Amino acid sequence: MSCFKSKYADELIANAAYIGSPGKGILAADESTGTIGKRFASINVENVELNRRALRELLFTTPGALQYISGIILFEETLYQKTASGKPFVDVMKEAKVLPGIKVDKGTVELAGTNGETTTIGLDGLGDRCKKYYEAGARFAKWRAVLKIGANEPSELAIHENAYGLARYAVICQENGLVPIVEPEILVDGSHDIEKCAYVTERVLAACYKALNDHHAILEGTLLKPNMVTPGSDSKSRAEPKVIAEHTVRALQRTVPAAIPAVVFLSGGQSEEQATVNLNAINQLKGKKPWSLTFSYGRALQQSTLKAWGGKEENVENAQKAFLARAKANSEATTGAYKGDAQLGEGASESLHVKDYKY
Amino acid sequence: MASFTSKYADELIANAAYIGTPGKGILAADESTGTIGKRLSSINVENVESNRRALRELLFTTPGALPCLSGVILFEETLYQKSSKGTPFVDILKEGGVLPGIKVDKGTVSLPGTNGETTTQGLDGLGERCKKYYEAGARFAKWRAVLKIGPNEPSELAIRENAYGLARYAAICQENGLVPIVEPEILVDGSHDIQKCAEVTERVLAACYKALSDHHVMLEGTLLKPNMVTPGSESGKVAPEVVAEYTVRALQRTVPAAVPAVVFLSGGQSEEEATRNLNAMNQLKTKKPWSLSFSFGRALQQSTLKTWGGKEENVKKAQEAFLVRCKANSEATLGVYKGDAQLGEGAAESLHVKDYKY
Repeated sequence: MSCFKSKYADELIANAAYIGSPGKGILAADESTGTIGKRFASINVENVELNRRALRELLFTTPGALQYISGIILFEETLYQKTASGKPFVDVMKEAKVLPGIKVDKGTVELAGTNGETTTIGLDGLGDRCKKYYEAGARFAKWRAVLKIGANEPSELAIHENAYGLARYAVICQENGLVPIVEPEILVDGSHDIEKCAYVTERVLAACYKALNDHHAILEGTLLKPNMVTPGSDSKSRAEPKVIAEHTVRALQRTVPAAIPAVVFLSGGQSEEQATVNLNAINQLKGKKPWSLTFSYGRALQQSTLKAWGGKEENVENAQKAFLARAKANSEATTGAYKGDAQLGEGASESLHVKDYKY
Repeated sequence: MASFTSKYADELIANAAYIGTPGKGILAADESTGTIGKRLSSINVENVESNRRALRELLFTTPGALPCLSGVILFEETLYQKSSKGTPFVDILKEGGVLPGIKVDKGTVSLPGTNGETTTQGLDGLGERCKKYYEAGARFAKWRAVLKIGPNEPSELAIRENAYGLARYAAICQENGLVPIVEPEILVDGSHDIQKCAEVTERVLAACYKALSDHHVMLEGTLLKPNMVTPGSESGKVAPEVVAEYTVRALQRTVPAAVPAVVFLSGGQSEEEATRNLNAMNQLKTKKPWSLSFSFGRALQQSTLKTWGGKEENVKKAQEAFLVRCKANSEATLGVYKGDAQLGEGAAESLHVKDYKY
C-alpha cells in the first residue's frame, strides 16, 4: 500500500473509528491562552490559570455529558491540569471513555506576496512534542490550516502550502501514535454564494488528499475537520439546512476517500443552534456517506455555558445544564434525530461569527 | 462546485449510473484493427472487414447476452457497421438496453528519457470526434493510459502525464455528451508482490483524481476502469479473497464516492480468474460506495473465439460460450457466482501477453 508502516497502525485505526461512533463527537476545548482570554473578557472573567482550569473542569465533569463525547481537544496547559480535588483531567476523560486530544500547531503566519493568505507553523520538533503528548495520555491531535475566499483567493500557493503542511503534520503524528485531525478551514468571511464555497471546498479537499497520499499517510487512521459548505457571512443569500447539507455532502463525496472513518465538522461562527440543525440535516440526507458525520465544536458547544457561568461558582450547576443540553442536541444530530427542542440557553441562537477569526 | 457545468450533465450522470447497474457490466469489444488481427490469427481467421463484422455480430446477437450488459465499447469501424440483415449495430445494442461506447485514444508513444514508459495520444481534434460519435449513437468513451511497475517505475513523470492526459480527455468527452471511462492500467508484467501493486495503484489513482479535480471534471458522470490489485505475472498467484481485499482497499483510499461505478479491466487474467476475483470483491463486507463491475475484453471473448474459429456452423456454440461468461460475470457483480459456469475451452487459460499492446 502507499501508506507507511507505523507501529501504531492498529491503534490509530481503532481510535479514529471510535471518535466517529454514532451519537458521539468532539468537544474542541483547545483555545490558546490568548483566545480563551477573549472569551473570558466577554463574560468579565480574569484570564488566569485558575479560571481556565475552572472552566474546563466545569465542562469535563458535567454529569451525563461525556457519554456524548468521543474526544476532547486540549491546549497544552490543560493536558497537565487537574480537577479541584486533584484528579488529572486526562484520567477524568479516560474513565468516561473520552479520548484526550491535543492542539499541536503554533498558529498562522502570512505568506509573502499574497493578499493576506497564511500558512500554519509548528513542524519543528513536532515529533518529539507528539511523543511527549502521547506519554501524557493524548491519543489524537489537531492542526488548523486557514484559507479564505476572495477575488483571487485561495491562491494555488496557499492551497498547496497548507495542504502539504497538513500532510507533513499528519504523518509525524502517526509515527508517534496520535490520530491527526486534518483541518483545512475555509473561512466563512465574504459575500460569496454557496456555489463558490462548494467550488473552493472541493478544490481544497482534493489538494489535501493528494498531499496525504504523497506523504504516505494511513487514511484509516486520520479524521477530517472541514467547514460546512455555506454562503459567505456577508452574502445576501441565506441557505436552508437542507441546502447546506446537500452542498456539503456532495463536496465530501467528490473528494474524501471512503477510507476516512469520520468527518468532524467545525462550527466556524455558526450559532449553537445553527450548527446543530445543519449537522442534523447532513445526517438526514439520503445519499452515499461512507464516513460518520459528526461535530468538533468549540464555540458552538460552549457559548451558552460560558454566559451561564460568568466565572461564578454558584452558577456552575446551571452552566453545566446548558452544556449538557448542547452536547445532547449534537449527539442527536449525528443520527439525524434532533427535533430542535434543546432548551435554548441564552445565546444559543447568537451568531458566533468573528470576522477573520484567529484562535 | 469544482466541476464545469456541461449541458449534458443530467444525461452523463444517468448514463454513468446505468452502466453500474447491479447485474450488468461492459463488454470491451474495441480491439483496434491491428489487435483484432492478432486474435483472429490465433484461430486462423483472415483479418478482413467481413470477419471483424461477423465476430461482433456473433457477440451482439447472442440470445440472452445483452441483459447482462450495460455497455459495449466499440472501435470506430464497428460503430458504423451493420448486422448481416442490415440493422446497424448501435440499434441492436440500444434495443437491447445497452449503451454503445467508443474507444477514442490513438495508442501510446514512449516518453523520452524514461525506461520504456509511455503516454497516450489522441487529444487533437478530440472534441470534434466526440461530437461525431455522439451523433452516431455513442454515449460513453474510453481512453487507455498505460503504466508499468519496475525498480524505478512508474516515474513521477509517467504518472503525471498519463493522469493529466486522462483528465483532459475526460473533460472534452463531458463537453460533448460522452461519459468518459478513465482507464489508468498498471500492467501486470513483473515479479513484484501484491503489496507493491497496491502501493502503485494507490499512487496512480490519487494522481488521477487530483488531475480530474484540477480539470473540473464532474465525477458523477465518469467511470473508472482500473486494474485489480494482484501480484505480478511472474509472481505466485493469491486467492480471490486476497485480490478483493487489496483491490477494494486501494479504491477506498483513492476513489471518491461520487464515482458511480468501477469497471475492472481483466488485463490478462483467464476468464475464470477474472470472474472469481470480481465475485470475491462483491462478497467483501466493507465500505464500497461505488458499483464494482466488469469491462472485460479477452476475459469475455476467449472461449467464444476458440469455439467460433471463423466458421458459420460454429456460431451457435460460440454464442453459448459467450452467454456462459456473460452470465457468470453478471452473477459476479452480485457476489453470487458459484464457479459453476460451463468452462469453455480456454476459460481457465491465462490471457497474459507480456507488455500487452492493444
